[in-house]
Amino acid sequence: MPEKKEKTTRRDFLYTASFTVGAVGLGATIWPFIDQMNPDKSVQALATTEVDISNIKPGKSITVLWRGKPVFLKRRTQDEIAEARAVSLEELKDPQKDEDRVKDGKDEWLVMLGVCTHLGCVPLADKGDYKGWFCPCHGSHYDVSGRIRKGPAPVNMEIPKYEFVDNNTIKIG
Amino acid sequence: MSEHEYQPKSKVGKWFNDRLPLLSLASHLTDYPTPKNLNYWWTFGGILTFCLVTQIITGIVLAMHYVAHADLAFSSVEHIMRDVNYGWLIRYIHSNGASMFFLAVYIHIFRSLFYGSYKSPREVIWIIGILIYLLMMAAAFMGYVLPWGQMSFWGATVITNLFSAIPLVGESITTWLWGAYSVDNPTLNRFFSLHYLIPFLILGLVVLHIWALHVPGNNNPVGIDIKKPSKDTVPFHPYITIKDLFALLMFMIIFSGFVFFAPNVLGHSDNYIPANPMVTPAHIVPEWYLLPFYAILRSVPDKLGGVILMFSAIFILLILPWLDTSKVRSSVFRPIYRQFFWILVIDVLLLGYMGAMPAEGIYLLLTRVGTIYYFLHFLVVLPVVGYLEKTDPLPVSISDPIMTGGANVSFAKRNDKNI
Repeated sequence: MPEKKEKTTRRDFLYTASFTVGAVGLGATIWPFIDQMNPDKSVQALATTEVDISNIKPGKSITVLWRGKPVFLKRRTQDEIAEARAVSLEELKDPQKDEDRVKDGKDEWLVMLGVCTHLGCVPLADKGDYKGWFCPCHGSHYDVSGRIRKGPAPVNMEIPKYEFVDNNTIKIG
Repeated sequence: MSEHEYQPKSKVGKWFNDRLPLLSLASHLTDYPTPKNLNYWWTFGGILTFCLVTQIITGIVLAMHYVAHADLAFSSVEHIMRDVNYGWLIRYIHSNGASMFFLAVYIHIFRSLFYGSYKSPREVIWIIGILIYLLMMAAAFMGYVLPWGQMSFWGATVITNLFSAIPLVGESITTWLWGAYSVDNPTLNRFFSLHYLIPFLILGLVVLHIWALHVPGNNNPVGIDIKKPSKDTVPFHPYITIKDLFALLMFMIIFSGFVFFAPNVLGHSDNYIPANPMVTPAHIVPEWYLLPFYAILRSVPDKLGGVILMFSAIFILLILPWLDTSKVRSSVFRPIYRQFFWILVIDVLLLGYMGAMPAEGIYLLLTRVGTIYYFLHFLVVLPVVGYLEKTDPLPVSISDPIMTGGANVSFAKRNDKNI
C-alpha cells in the first residue's frame, strides 16, 4: 500500500493495543515470581529485638542477634569516650563524630551492627591498632566508636535503628 | 526437516551458524510446513508445552520454600500458603496446573486416537508420548505426597504397597522404596528428589517427541499423507503460532478460573490434615486424573491380578499402533470405528467415576464391566474392526474436497463439530 504509507490503520491500533495488554499481563504475571524471593511477613515480624542491658559492666560488651546479624552493645568507659571524641575528623576515612554515633545522654552505649563494611565478616572486639575492633578477614581496623581507621573497609560500621525502652532495655529495629 | 538450506544474512550469524546451527533450527521451526486444515484439537501440543514450563517454574519456586522433612513438610506448605509473598498463588498454580496438565494430555491422547495419529509412520511419536504420560503420572503421584497431609501419606502407602503384590521379592521391594518399614521421612525425601528430577526427564522426552514429529510432519483431520511444502501446507509461523496462542489464552481462562475461584475443588480436603500414621481416612481416593486406573485396580478381587491389570491398562497403549489394523487414519472416514471411539471415551469416563465411588455393590459390577470393555476395545475391537470395516473414500488431497466440494466435505465437517 505505497499510497497510504504514513496513515495509521485499524490494524496498527489493534497490534499496539494487543501488545500493550500482553506486556502488562506478562509483567503482572512475572511480579509474583520475583516478589516471592523477598523477605515475607513472617521474616519481617522478627525485625525487632529487645535486649536487657542491666548486667553489662563499663568496658564490657555483649553481642546479640538481630535480623540474623550480630549487633555489638558496648558500655564504654569514660576514657574510651574521651579517646573517641579526641580524634580529629581529618584523620578519618569516613568522617563522623562520635556524638553522632550514640544517643544523646547515653554516651556510654555504643550500639552497632557487628558487620565489617568490607565484605561482611564479624570483627573481633578489643583488637587492632585502634583498640576497637579488628576484622580478621582482610585486616580492617576500627576504633572504639566503630569507625574505620585502616584497611580495605570503605565506611564506618553501621548504627542500626534502636531506642531505649527504659534505662535497662534497648529495642533494636 | 525441511529440505531448504538456510543461510543467515549477517556475517556473525553465518559464523555462529556454521559452528552451532541454532539459526537453522530456528528457521526450520518457523517455516515448518503444517497441514492447513488442522483444527483446534491440534492446539493441545502447544498447551501441554505451556503446562510443563508452568509446572517447572512454579515448582522451582515452591522448592525454594518447601522443606522435605516429615516433621516440617506440612508446616512449610502452610508457610508457603500464609507467609511467602504470593506463595498461595504459586502453589495453587502448581497444584491446579497438574490437573490442567492431565486435562490437556487426555484431550491430546484422545485426539490422537480419533484421528489415528499413532499409526505409521508416527509410532515412535506415540510411544514417546505414552512414556511422557507415564512419567507425568509418577511425577503427579510423588508431588501429591510432598505436602505430607493425610491423603499424601495414605496415597503413598497404598501405591507403594502395590509393589508388595509381586511374588517373592514384593516385600523387599516395598521396603526398598520406603527406605524404612513404612512410608516415613526417607520416603518423603526421595520422593522430593525424584519429583524434582522427573519434569526434566519429561522435558527431554518432549524434545524427542517434537523431533520425531518433525520427521514425518503433522497428521491432520483428514488423515491422508500430504506433500510438504505444498498448497496443502502453511508455515508454522505465523499461522499455527497465532492459532496455538489463541487456544492457549482460552485454556488459561479455564486454568485461572480454577486457580482464583475454586483452587481446592479438584483436591481432597483431608490433605489439609497433617499426616498421621495411626489413622487412615475413611474414604481414600487418588486425584481425579488417576481414577480410571484406580478403578481397574480395584475391579479385580486378587491383589497381584489387580496390579497387573492396572499396569497393563497403560502399557497396552504402547502396542496400540500394531493392534489397530486399519490403514485409514482418520475416524472421519471410519464409520464403525468412530462409534467404538466414543464408547471408549464413555467407558474411560465411567471408570473414572467408578474409581471415586466405594468399591461395592453396583459400582463394583459396573467397574468390572468397564474394565473388561477397556481391554476388549484394544485387544478385539481394534484389530477386528480394522479388517471388517468398509471405510469411506479418502480425498486425493486436503485441498481437493474443499475446492471441489465433494460429498466428504460435509461429512468431515459434521464430525469435526461433534468432537
